[in-house]
This record gives sequence, structure tokens and C-alpha cells, in this order.
Amino acid sequence: MPVGLVVVSHSRALADAAVELARGMLPGRELAVGVAAGDVDGGLGTDATAIADAVTAADSGDGVVVLMDLGSAVLSAETALELLDDDVRERVVLSPAPLVEGLVGAAVTAAAGADRDRVATEALRGLAPKQAHLGGPAGGS
Amino acid sequence: MSAVDAAALTAWVREFARLVHEQRDALTQLDAAIGDADHGANLDRGMTAAVAALEATPSDDPAAVLKTVATTLIKTVGGASGPLYGTFFLRAAGALDGDDGRALATAVRAGYDGVVARGKAERGDKTMLDALGPACDALDEALGSGKPLGEALGAAAEAAAAGRDATEPLVARKGRASYLGERSAGHVDPGAASSTLLVQAAATALAGEG
Repeated sequence: MPVGLVVVSHSRALADAAVELARGMLPGRELAVGVAAGDVDGGLGTDATAIADAVTAADSGDGVVVLMDLGSAVLSAETALELLDDDVRERVVLSPAPLVEGLVGAAVTAAAGADRDRVATEALRGLAPKQAHLGGPAGGS
Repeated sequence: MSAVDAAALTAWVREFARLVHEQRDALTQLDAAIGDADHGANLDRGMTAAVAALEATPSDDPAAVLKTVATTLIKTVGGASGPLYGTFFLRAAGALDGDDGRALATAVRAGYDGVVARGKAERGDKTMLDALGPACDALDEALGSGKPLGEALGAAAEAAAAGRDATEPLVARKGRASYLGERSAGHVDPGAASSTLLVQAAATALAGEG
């Protein structure tokens, strides 16, 4: 089974669109990506219990990489770790990668069968092509 | 003799919910100045849900009361205060062992440490820690010198309020307010304000316990 991917965002629409974009990079391939986004009423917000459920659902035993937007999404993802069963928690990596670029990198490598650490590494490298193109981390000259 | 049991902790949670509801607009106004203007509404929604959850599934296990509050806040608050307050109650639930003032102080300290770990903030960063930290210190110190719990919680509430007021000139170093840099100075931190309500609620609801 491929490494599980979960997208955490304040916005359901943002998460779904990011997943759609990543799937667009995988023509002819199916890749399940879990989504935990928005508050209980469908507004902007994050919910650690929903993240924990999405991670558990995405975990097939080969690990899960979680990508998230910012602010409380990060705090909620960390809080979700506290709510997980010990064996699942050990297989989860919270990626500090930017959401869109990281997800695309992670999805391509996960679909190719890479292991969890490789997927997490590629997610983190997701910003590199854009930085190289535009001239470095500061965003150009 | 009365004790810091499930009923007492439930009374604390109810009083906190009441204060948050009462101060909802004031908290949101503070948050409008340096944050995203949702702290009062978010916390009010979360604490209203927490009280409802305690009514729906009452428990005589004190740790279960705190755990219910934790998971409800995590589920319903939406903003950063959800995981932060959720972690406070979750860690406090895990550390609660006994029903006297010392047990409460140990649990609250564990909750505070949890917020430190979760937010990766320090005192002076203009966060809820600026109220909770001095409150924990004052509580430990008062209990350590043999004061009864009611008096110790009164001292904790005073320390929290002083810590809250001291956030006004600070420059925020965490959260959305940190994007404002120097412009975040001159406003009381909304998280420190709501945390002060949490300690004041304990002083009111638990005054006669332990």
C-alpha cells in the first residue's frame, strides 16, 4: 500500500482544490488523500479530532504524511497526535512543507511507491523548483 | 469535607463558560485589534458546547470531566485557542491524581506545560502564557506556604490579571499578531484575557473546596 497522505486546512474548499491539483499530476493513477478541513459547521477552522480520524483512516501500516496550511492547522495537527493510538502515532510525520507544493511532491512520490521518509523528504523539497526558478528563498532579485 | 471532585470541576467549567459568554464581545474586540476578531465567539461556542457535553454525559470521575472539556474544545473552537485550551485540559486531565488543592495545582501546572509545548511560546511573547504562568506560580507558592485553596486561587487570579495587563505594551511574537510587529504593542492580548477568566472562574467556583 502507498504511504497515506492527509491534508489539513482551515478551508474545505482549499483542501479539496489542493488535492485536485495534486491528482492532476498523476494521470491514470489513483491515490487516496485524506482531508480534514474546516470547522464543524463548514466554516473556516481546524479540528484535531477530525485530523486524528483522517490519519487513522489513511494509515495502512506504511505510515502517513500530513500536510497542513498554517496557524491553528499546525497546532491542531500536533494535538491530533496526542489523540492517536500509540502504534499509529509512531507512523505519522507532520510535514513543515508548504501545502500546495509539498502535497504535489508527496503525491507524486507516494504514488510511485516510495516509503514514508522519502515522501516526507520530497514534500519538503516541494518549494525548491520554484525557488530555483525565481532566484532563491527570498523570492527573487 | 468538600473536595476538588467532579462536581467542583464541573462548577469551574460552568463559571468559565459564563464569564466567557459575558466577556465574549470584549474578547473579540481585543482580538480585532491584533488578531482575526474571532476569539470571543470561538471560545464562547466551545465553552457552551463543553457545558452541554458535561450535561449530556455527566461523570463522577474528575479526570473525565476535564477530558470531555478538552475534546469538546478541540472539536468546536476552530481557531488556535481550540488546540491550545484543548491541550491545557487534556494534559490537566492526564495529570490529575487526587481531589485536594495540591492535586489541582499539579494538574493545572501540567496543563500550562502542555500549552508551552503546543504553542512553542515563552512568557513575554504576548500570549495566554503571560496570564497562566504567573497564576500557576502564585498557586504553587500560596499552597506551599500553607494557605487554603480558596485564598491560593484568589492569589492566582490576581497574578493572572496582572500578567494579562502586562501584555499591553508587549510586541507579539506568536500567532497572527506577530505579523504586526511593533503595531501589536498597545493592546492587551486576547488569549491572556481569556486565560485570566479561566483562573478567576476557578477562584470563584472552587473557593470553598479542598
